[in-house]
Amino acid sequence: MNTLISLITFVPAIAAGILALFLRGNDLAAQRNAKWLALFATVVSFALSLVLLKGFDPANTGFQFVEDRPWIMGLHYKMGVDGISILFVMLTTFLMPITVASCWNVQTRVKDYMIAFLLLETLMLGVFTALDLVLFYLFFEAGLIPMFLIIGIWGGANRIYAAFKFFLYTFLGSVLMLVAMVAMYHAAGTTDIPTLMTYQFSHEPIVALGMTITGGLQTLLFLAFFASFAVKMPMWPVHTWLPDAHVQAPTAGSVVLAAILLKMGGYGFLRFSMPMFPVAAHLWTPVVFWMSAIAIVYTSLVALVQTDMKKLVAYSSVAHMGYVTLGIFAMNAQGVDGAIFQMLSHGFISGAMFLCVGVIYDRMHTREIDAYGGLVNRMPAYALVFMFFTMANVGLPGTSGFVGEFLTLMGVFQVNTWVAAVATSGVILSAAYGLWLYRRVVFGALVKEGLKTITDMTRRERAIFAPLIIMTLLLGVYPKVVTDIIDPSVQAMVANYAAAIPPASN
Amino acid sequence: MLSQDIATVLPELVLAIYTMLALLLAVYTGKDGLTQLVTWATAAVMVAVALWVAMAGSGSQTAFGGLYVDDAFARFAKVAILLSGALVLLISEGFMAKRGLARFEYPLLIALATIGMMAMVSAGDLMSLYMGLELQSLALYVVAALDRDSKTSTEAGLKYFVLGALSSGLLLYGASLVYGYAGTTSFAGILSTVQHGVPVGMLFGLVFMLAGLAFKISAAPFHMWTPDVYEGAPTPITAFFATAPKVAAMALIARLVHGAFGGITPQWAQVLAALSVVSMFVGALAAIGQKDIKRLMAYSSIAHMGFALMGLASGTAFGVQAMLVYMAIYVTMNLGTFAFILSLEMDGKPVTDIALLNQFSKREPLKALAVLVLMFSLAGVPPMLGFFGKFYVLKAAVDAGMGWLAIAGVIASVIGAFYYLRIVYFMYFGAEQAGAESKMAPVQWLALMGVAGIMLAAVVNFFGLEPAAIAAAASLAG
Repeated sequence: MNTLISLITFVPAIAAGILALFLRGNDLAAQRNAKWLALFATVVSFALSLVLLKGFDPANTGFQFVEDRPWIMGLHYKMGVDGISILFVMLTTFLMPITVASCWNVQTRVKDYMIAFLLLETLMLGVFTALDLVLFYLFFEAGLIPMFLIIGIWGGANRIYAAFKFFLYTFLGSVLMLVAMVAMYHAAGTTDIPTLMTYQFSHEPIVALGMTITGGLQTLLFLAFFASFAVKMPMWPVHTWLPDAHVQAPTAGSVVLAAILLKMGGYGFLRFSMPMFPVAAHLWTPVVFWMSAIAIVYTSLVALVQTDMKKLVAYSSVAHMGYVTLGIFAMNAQGVDGAIFQMLSHGFISGAMFLCVGVIYDRMHTREIDAYGGLVNRMPAYALVFMFFTMANVGLPGTSGFVGEFLTLMGVFQVNTWVAAVATSGVILSAAYGLWLYRRVVFGALVKEGLKTITDMTRRERAIFAPLIIMTLLLGVYPKVVTDIIDPSVQAMVANYAAAIPPASN
Repeated sequence: MLSQDIATVLPELVLAIYTMLALLLAVYTGKDGLTQLVTWATAAVMVAVALWVAMAGSGSQTAFGGLYVDDAFARFAKVAILLSGALVLLISEGFMAKRGLARFEYPLLIALATIGMMAMVSAGDLMSLYMGLELQSLALYVVAALDRDSKTSTEAGLKYFVLGALSSGLLLYGASLVYGYAGTTSFAGILSTVQHGVPVGMLFGLVFMLAGLAFKISAAPFHMWTPDVYEGAPTPITAFFATAPKVAAMALIARLVHGAFGGITPQWAQVLAALSVVSMFVGALAAIGQKDIKRLMAYSSIAHMGFALMGLASGTAFGVQAMLVYMAIYVTMNLGTFAFILSLEMDGKPVTDIALLNQFSKREPLKALAVLVLMFSLAGVPPMLGFFGKFYVLKAAVDAGMGWLAIAGVIASVIGAFYYLRIVYFMYFGAEQAGAESKMAPVQWLALMGVAGIMLAAVVNFFGLEPAAIAAAASLAG
């Protein structure tokens, strides 16, 4: 029995428990202790995940480091990683210390804040490593609770509305998935994810309420899972919770939301929708393609007219997630590799973009683009970092953003040329809103009174950005570090998918 | 023969004898000086009887010619009833003393109601069913009006009495129809009759009986009394109403439909499914506008009864198991929540306005955290135990081919999540202003923290609840 994954997952939760039960007082010393303990726990978790990565064998396309214990109701506590999930684990453990470090200046209810983030890390890691349907659901849903509190307690002026919208929107999406999971348990008699991935759910047409449902049970299950993952992703037109949540969330909350929580949707598609319901997925591919294409163009246009920096970055996130769904549903090796790559790269870049906004928000306490201008005169280092990540967000070759977009578009092009053409226009639009934002905030004359005393990034802030810059460049210049790990698993999944689709509908 | 019968009902007998002796003692020694002692003693006896039932009971036996059944199902329900009754007594003692309600009748009436409930869940005949039900109801009518100087409490007692009597009437009418067509009042006799075809009159009887029992569990559309009685009665009594009687009445429904009408599952399954879906939505929608936490808990309990009925509506042994697990979890959650509600006060007066919880988390971080856990558990959000209750009943419904019921249930639970979140919202994000305090006796504190701990820790293995529920369900519907 291998307990390494459980250890990685639950180290932050244990630290959260220690904070909740044993740390008393709210003076500066207690706050400092809370922050250091949180940082320590996230770093330990990251170090342990490096051990995991080192022991991982990419050539083996099955699940590794599997831990399996019987649980209640015939369910199992089963954890493990394969080539698809391991890098999401790494992304989470890598970003969490950065997130904790980024909220070093928070002063209200520091202890609670750290507890919320530590619990959130445990739950996110659980989502990526759970190999039992109900265990997955447990982690997936429970993540809503700390995020609800993070937005609601530490968020901006309109935080209550955003917190409720975030919770109820995503909750509604996922309860339908719960019913589907129960139905899968009923049909297959097990909740074991590896078994279900090879179980062929019936795709005989069903007649319900006088309508014939093509793809039968698979279609129903697919749609229920789709409701959950599409909201989480978020896909157009169910993305409206995201800009609200992002704008109101504190900086660290936005970073986690954009960099990790959104990836759960994409991961869900890869883990459940594609391998378990291939026939239904194949049927719905054109719909998803066009939804993604619309998302890319529409949300990019919306991003162009935003006056709030965080909202602009949030809409750009929705657009970038559009590439992910395109790549996944293209269901060829380039597309899926590209989708996973894009998710990882977006994790670094969008996280960094929100941190960039956070740096000047901490100083000026406004996110209005019009309140800024000419920052380059006072903040050269910041201008450089912001430039770098704007370019990465646009997809400049040499950064990881380019590799992800290029691979997904290449994958989609082989399946549907028109969708690929429309989606490619999003690259141009993203350059438009990205560069325009940069121009308005950083360039121009420094005329605003309040900005004349603004200071450049502190050493702590530079230290936070350094690892993100390194990762973005590394993945951009040498993408093989990622594709070597994911490719065998992706190849196997694509082959299974192709085999499962009946030739008639192909 | 008789000695064997007596042996079967011995736990009830012991509790009844204790109650009468305590009543005599308290009356003869005069005023209410003994109240505290009687309360603790009653709770202790109830816990002892619960342990006795749980440990000593085994197998299935009937007594008094089938009037009385003792099986794993009855024992499961009895343990839940006794323990929740005892805990309510313990957490309410301080409250009653502080508000000048410390009367020795209170613990003894609770004990009498508990005996009635034990008889209900062991009923093997329409007669013993009615006897148990009335013993329970009469005791409850009186405790609802315990605060006799308060208008709302008397009003609650009266409302409960009038509507309760009406529902008893419906039940009796239904029972008489069933008796008329079956020619017997014993469940076993009815079961063998319905296997040779069901006359329409008997179905009428069944529906009337279910309507009468739906009153008792406050399933919509028979829920009208619940919010008023919950709000009007003193809070400890509300806590009792929300827990033990619900388990008893729900178990009685299960006993009736499986024990007497087991052969015609589709006939009653659709009735229960309709009750279930209406309850879930009424509970979820009507609670949204509530400002009083006791009224809110009333609607919450209506919604929860809907979920428990979903398990029963599936008509399978697994459905019974799901219902039992759901009820056990529901009762535990409610006990913790009411321990908290009991402790809320402002300037020495009990308060129940939700808005007074503003920023409670700043005043009492640990209690607020425990209530947060309870609220998310009530809403059915994993990883709290409340989620597993919902998962059980959803599985039962889907296994029985009632996917539509499961979908309706989860949609209702999303609507319901809103008002539980509102409480969290007031506690954690509310405006800064003077609000309610929570002054807890040690036993209340233990109840709140213990229940919150169980909600998180029991996820590991349910603490043996599952095998007990499996055995109970097998003895009833196996």
